[in-house]
Amino acid sequence: MSIFQFEIQITVAVTAVACALLGTFLVLRRTAMMSDAISHTVLLGIVIGFFIFKDLTSPFLIVGAAMVGVLTVSLAALLERTRLVKEDASIGLAYPVLFSIAVILISRYAGDVHLDTDAVLVGEPAFIPFERFYLFGYDIGPRGFYLMGGILLIDLGFILFLYKELKLSTFDAGLAAALGFAPLLMHYALMSLVSVTVVGAFDIVGSILVVALMVAPPAAAYLLTDHLPRMLGLSALLGAGCAISGYWLAHFLDASIAGSIAAMTGIVFVLVFLLAPERGLLALARRRARQRWEFAQTMLVMHLLNHEGLPEAPQESRIAHLREHMRWDDTFAAGVLRRCLAQGLISQDRDSLALTESGRQRAQQAFLDE
Amino acid sequence: MAIWQILHNLFFDYTLRTVALGASALGVVSGALGAYALLRRQSLLGDAISHAALPGVVLAFLITRSKIPLALMIGAGLAGWLATLWMMSIIKNTRIKEDSALGLVLSVFFGFGLMLLTFTQRLPDARQAGLDHFLFGQAAALLVSDVISMMALGGLALLLLGLFWKEFKLLSFDQDFGASLGFPMGVLNGILTTLLVIAIVIGLQAVGVVLMSAMVVAPAAAARQWTNRLGVMVLLSSIFGAAAGVSGAVISSTAGGLSTGPTVVLCASAIVLFSLLLAPNRGLLWNWMRQQRNRRRLGMELVLLDLYHMAGQHEDPEHAHSLAALRAVNPGNAGVPASLRALERRGLARQQAPGMWQLTAEGRMEAERLSREQATP
Repeated sequence: MSIFQFEIQITVAVTAVACALLGTFLVLRRTAMMSDAISHTVLLGIVIGFFIFKDLTSPFLIVGAAMVGVLTVSLAALLERTRLVKEDASIGLAYPVLFSIAVILISRYAGDVHLDTDAVLVGEPAFIPFERFYLFGYDIGPRGFYLMGGILLIDLGFILFLYKELKLSTFDAGLAAALGFAPLLMHYALMSLVSVTVVGAFDIVGSILVVALMVAPPAAAYLLTDHLPRMLGLSALLGAGCAISGYWLAHFLDASIAGSIAAMTGIVFVLVFLLAPERGLLALARRRARQRWEFAQTMLVMHLLNHEGLPEAPQESRIAHLREHMRWDDTFAAGVLRRCLAQGLISQDRDSLALTESGRQRAQQAFLDE
Repeated sequence: MAIWQILHNLFFDYTLRTVALGASALGVVSGALGAYALLRRQSLLGDAISHAALPGVVLAFLITRSKIPLALMIGAGLAGWLATLWMMSIIKNTRIKEDSALGLVLSVFFGFGLMLLTFTQRLPDARQAGLDHFLFGQAAALLVSDVISMMALGGLALLLLGLFWKEFKLLSFDQDFGASLGFPMGVLNGILTTLLVIAIVIGLQAVGVVLMSAMVVAPAAAARQWTNRLGVMVLLSSIFGAAAGVSGAVISSTAGGLSTGPTVVLCASAIVLFSLLLAPNRGLLWNWMRQQRNRRRLGMELVLLDLYHMAGQHEDPEHAHSLAALRAVNPGNAGVPASLRALERRGLARQQAPGMWQLTAEGRMEAERLSREQATP
């Protein structure tokens, strides 16, 4: 592994962690699509900032872009407040306008600068090592790493410092407002930070990957835990893991690093979506199957208890009777029977069934629960 | 003269004619289907589908090794459809909400498409050149054959929309009622989503993945302001979409250096802004005027009642009161003089001497009626 490769990996990993931490709150607050909107419109801030400062590396570009990010959020909120359009439509109306203006400005006035729209959407982490950061004339590493490291520290500071406020306004905005924690202020503060992070990151990985890094790792973490600090840690870990493994995927396929990292976040999410211990599809299917068998077993013992000791009991307790009474087919009935026998709920005497003591208890419990 | 020139170009300039036809075709179809997306609060689904179409386009190219529009559109459609299915499965089976599911599917599919695209670009096969037009759209590069495929697919979508009109109406407004009538709502939902996918796919080549989502939302949001009837809304939405398409194509061809896609989107957004402000009943401007009128009427009635009550405290019911006194009993109301003038115009009050106001006989009757109304709410 060359030093360049190392620099690329550490930079995308830092970017992924910064995105995942903020993304956790976006996912929990149901504003994940704002990251998509902001990641497109910051282009306008960068273009305008470029026209003013004539310098693509100026730190003011980040400030300008962050302001446009907040403008996007406000514009969507303003549209929604007219109550003429719903929330989803207001986002879908607000960001294409700003993005279109940016694309037109670029194609009309900035045709010959290094600022094309493809680079914005796509991004290319392979260029990270080419922009160096100099301290007192010494080359101390890639600029992107220090930029994203700084942004990560700001994000981390914000989350640690305002943890209680963030948590409260995320889970119970009404209570937060009642206690005087200004949830709207928190919303805009969070959105400003999202904008800053997006601006820093999109130069490195492109705007769509920013969305992937902000949404996919937190969404996966959300399926793995119910605990906010654990969710933050898990999303950061998953994000960094996706970034590094995505880099190597791109390396072996000779494809876009940004695209491969996004694909990697998708793969990780699919794995979690299928295999998460409690909320995964597989666990869900197994739980449903188990509940189906348990329900059928309970039905059977209740049926037997109902007729126990009565004149019709010999007739009702025959195995063949289950078919018409419970409307079970033979294989299902055999399965239920096998499970009941294995758990010692009933005993079988040729084709007639009887409750055991534990079966009787279970049936009585089920009657009580009803 | 200039308008004549533009019209002339619109009909006889090959490029402009093709672009305008393509843009209006996509505007009509995305407008009509977008109306349903808006009503069903799925506006951002268009965003997700258009981004998710990218891997389908590249895979279709990798399989067929050609850029036949129809093949690419089918690939795009399948990918968009798959993305929608996955998204719905996430929403249904986990606690992840719609916004996160949308963002996730959108970015992951797009990233996967990007990976495939760059992978393809490094193959020793020159035919892949131009696949990246799907990112931003290249309306100027539209061929007549592209426009014909767009129209054929779009026409099919509109035909199906007409055939299932009643069912889709039920689906959009009262899904449970439809299910209770025995309609297969799940199947209908699938068909309507497929039609939305078609609408998006045919526009990708012209305006690109990013801006296609705007063509789903904007015309529908504008049309919604003008009517409460589904049929009118779908029709208006199509017309707005087509108008945005044609005007965007014309503007970008007359003013140099404007890319067609963004210009079309800005035209659609201008229609939205116009509708939000000026649409009768719902428009912000009418709303504001209605509020002002109500405020004026309320202020006038308040002053009328004040005059009446103050006159009641005198033996002489014709006793005139000074403006200052009226202001004093009505401290929050800055518009007392305006209200008095309005009362005078209606013959309910008159100025006995400068600054001294009294009720007329009609004014007293009106005030009595108002206070009776207020006493029995």
